[in-house]
Amino acid sequence: MSDVTRLTAAELAEKIHTRELTAEQVTQAHLDRIGAVDDFVHTFLHVDTEGALAAARAVDAELDEGRAPRSPLAGVPLALKDVLTTDGVPTTCGSRILEGWVPPYDATVTRRLREAGVVILGKTNMDEFAMGSSTENSAFGPTHNPWDHARVPGGSGGGSSASLAAFEAPLAIGTDTGGSIRQPGAVTGTVGVKPTYGGVSRYGLVAFSSSLDQAGPCARTVLDAALLHEVIGGHDPMDSTSIDAPLPPIVEAARRGASADLSGVRVGVVSEFAGEGYQAGVQRSFEAAVDVLRSLGAEVVEVSCPHFVYALPAYYLINPSECSSNLARFDAMRYGLRVGESGDSSAEDVMRATREAGFGAEVKRRIMLGTFALSSGYYDAYYGQAQKVRTLVTRDFDAAFDKADVLVSPTTPTTAFKIGERVDDPMAMYRADLCTVPANLAGNAAISVPSGLSDEDGLPVGLQVMAPALADDRLYRVGAAYEVARDRASGGSLVYRVPELRESGA
Amino acid sequence: MTTMVETMDYDEVVERFDPVLGLEVHVELSTATKMFCGCATTFGAEPNTQVCPTCLGLPGSLPVMNGAAVESAIRIGLALNCQIAPWCRFARKNYFYPDMPKNFQTSQYDEPIAFDGWMDLELPDGETVRVGIERAHMEEDTGKSLHVGGATGRIHGASHSLLDYNRAGVPLIEIVTKPIEGVGARAPEVARAYVTALRDLLRALDVSDVRMDQGSLRCDANVSLRERGVSEFGTRTETKNVNSLRSVERAVRYEMTRQAAVLAGGGEVVQETRHFHEADGSTSPGRVKETAEDYRYFPEPDLVPIAPSEEWIERLRGTLPEKPAERRKRIQQDWQLSDLELRDLLNAGAVEVIASTVDAGATPDEARSWWVSYLAQQANTRGVELAELPISPAQVARVIALVNSGELTNSLAKQVVDGVLAGEGDPDDVVAARGLAVVSDDSALNAAVDEALAAQPDVADKIRGGKVQAAGAIVGAVMKATNNQADAKRVRELILERCS
Repeated sequence: MSDVTRLTAAELAEKIHTRELTAEQVTQAHLDRIGAVDDFVHTFLHVDTEGALAAARAVDAELDEGRAPRSPLAGVPLALKDVLTTDGVPTTCGSRILEGWVPPYDATVTRRLREAGVVILGKTNMDEFAMGSSTENSAFGPTHNPWDHARVPGGSGGGSSASLAAFEAPLAIGTDTGGSIRQPGAVTGTVGVKPTYGGVSRYGLVAFSSSLDQAGPCARTVLDAALLHEVIGGHDPMDSTSIDAPLPPIVEAARRGASADLSGVRVGVVSEFAGEGYQAGVQRSFEAAVDVLRSLGAEVVEVSCPHFVYALPAYYLINPSECSSNLARFDAMRYGLRVGESGDSSAEDVMRATREAGFGAEVKRRIMLGTFALSSGYYDAYYGQAQKVRTLVTRDFDAAFDKADVLVSPTTPTTAFKIGERVDDPMAMYRADLCTVPANLAGNAAISVPSGLSDEDGLPVGLQVMAPALADDRLYRVGAAYEVARDRASGGSLVYRVPELRESGA
Repeated sequence: MTTMVETMDYDEVVERFDPVLGLEVHVELSTATKMFCGCATTFGAEPNTQVCPTCLGLPGSLPVMNGAAVESAIRIGLALNCQIAPWCRFARKNYFYPDMPKNFQTSQYDEPIAFDGWMDLELPDGETVRVGIERAHMEEDTGKSLHVGGATGRIHGASHSLLDYNRAGVPLIEIVTKPIEGVGARAPEVARAYVTALRDLLRALDVSDVRMDQGSLRCDANVSLRERGVSEFGTRTETKNVNSLRSVERAVRYEMTRQAAVLAGGGEVVQETRHFHEADGSTSPGRVKETAEDYRYFPEPDLVPIAPSEEWIERLRGTLPEKPAERRKRIQQDWQLSDLELRDLLNAGAVEVIASTVDAGATPDEARSWWVSYLAQQANTRGVELAELPISPAQVARVIALVNSGELTNSLAKQVVDGVLAGEGDPDDVVAARGLAVVSDDSALNAAVDEALAAQPDVADKIRGGKVQAAGAIVGAVMKATNNQADAKRVRELILERCS
């Protein structure tokens, strides 16, 4: 394995900007790594070799001319979740129904990455339309967890997180509707951030559940995530729900956190996130992490968020409801898959046949659930009630943040489960989102940072840190402080303990 | 295809039944851009040239509200004496149709921007009727389907359909009346008067082209009957897209006579949507839906709520035009009209178009003479209202200005108006395309005069002998030779110069 692919984004940027390495060399090294291991892990749906090399050369040309780097990450490669549109590059959302669709426009996130000189290597695998917690719902086959080939990398953004753990990319973009950045981060031993809702533009993010979806950074270190967050974040007039305020100073917070001093920081442990359904090793890892925070000077308090137990059921009414409407546009009339066309078929026949053939089982399940939940006569009992729960969850957060600056919990109740283990048990699959969903419902910010390996199965565990809306900087301060202390204690970054991957032809 | 349907004599209908009306009017706003994106809204552009990811509903695209459309909605609400919601949202109306790119329409549902208002209408005999306004809400238009290969132009029986998304996302305001009761035999007339008054109001607000022929004003008429003396409403039908003022009146009248026959025969009126047939004034059932449509409305999560401040609302209130009644009083004074003259102009639907023509620079007399004579004839021939003629007051004012500046003669001006009516563009376009400018080049005219004098030497001699009135024949010949494009007065002067 090339050493270049083991470097962090911050290190790569420094070497590129000081011309120790060219962006093209860095990009080529990652493309080579993808070529070697992606048959094994299957994190990419599309690798844009030519586009990536061209973007890297453009950065090199500018730097060779003596111009200042376009951004702190100029020249650094990145893996983009296949749910964000890319002008001229296929975007499938992991679905057959969009197979072959080439968007005519860039998502705002995509555009900002390009403008910052970040090199987009390709599009990563995901659960179809981001619905799932294992990436097994991709129409194009599952992604394998680099820690254990037989296990899932989490989901829906399993491709993005696994590409980091497989050293195919130093940076990735995910989207988090109920945990799709954080939970894959936790089970692959990488960092994932769900920014405050409205903190990163959703323009060009193919909507699953509009009021919950949020794009965010994935990386191997907290600092790298912060650098990426600053590139993609901030107000966008194309997204009405985008927050019209400056981003909090997140990179500064990550650097400050690296001093590993958390004195004066109040950390709240959410008492509802423990007990039945929590793997013992995960629980022990979490408790050890809390001890580390305490040792860094943080004041640890217990907080109760009594309505969090209703968050998951409410989430599984709101997301299918919005999904049933958002996915109505996939009807074969204008783009994507079209089947069932014959001489006498009506438009409705073609719509029906295409949706039958183009959507997978989980997507259909959610469309049906949501259609039911929004139906007249049921709306108040389901969608209406779920919205009330959402308000109560938000109030729980407000009360908790009166007592604590950040809240902590395990990111997900278990380590990575085996491929196939939960596919026939949707409720078990949905429980993977138990701890992550409240932050989506309330719209506040949360991060998952690796907290070591579970002592019973040797698989990665994540520590979730949650902050109030607009206080994303707190995640980075606490996350970076914890990361430094943990790396110090374990003799280096956890992610380097990923086993060697089987390479193609090897 | 219309089958014979029994109807009841109208006098009998109103003797036995009491009609209840509900009118839903959709108005396309004349904002420069669409409701939720920056695409242009020009009518008649090449299909699918005014589109973008958002109005095509491409995956990932998002709506952004058009502030000008919200202002128009508030102004309409204020002009209709409505309350303006201090906080309201858009909702998604979910149903599948190929001309709707997202398969949901972004609309307002239980939180309209304006509600609970009224409008006073004056009927042709001077009686005033107050119509309650239930609500006015914002929504986006759909694309347009052209169904090819069928007999009716409807989707049923068509071999394929063509879709134009230029209209998709154009801002619409839907204005819904409260039930209009107690107008009895005058119901059809009231329906027409309401749509007319609404159109005039919207035109005065300058928020829409209000062209029923182009679909920028569309009316759906709900009609039900109940036995006289009964208070519960009967079952209603909704006749869709009635696209002229006259049709509104005819559709209501027809539905009354049809429903009365059904009820009198012991039958039940089916709650359904119906289509209006211009040719014979009848209505026929739309496609029968097997199940009631469930639109699964929910608040649009991609948009933020609208919370107009008091200050903003009051500023917009300050931009409202005069109230129609006050406006009429002022017009009567300014134009020095008798009550009878004003009533005639009102009944001819001429007041607002004349006023707009005056606003565009013509004098009241000039504007009146065009609208009550030549244009009235054209409207009559076409069977439409003056305001429905495909010529705008501004275009008429331009023709008048061209006459006043000597660039057109009266007879050329009529040809220019014909050109505008035929869809050849603005007056200046017609003048250029048809080559209708007055021939004012004296050398060209002198040549024509010389030719005419040479062709009629006896007349020429009479003129030279002092019989000036004989010049008329030569003038006529010159006008004919110049295709009526010469100024007759100037021709006469030239003839007399030549013969002096």
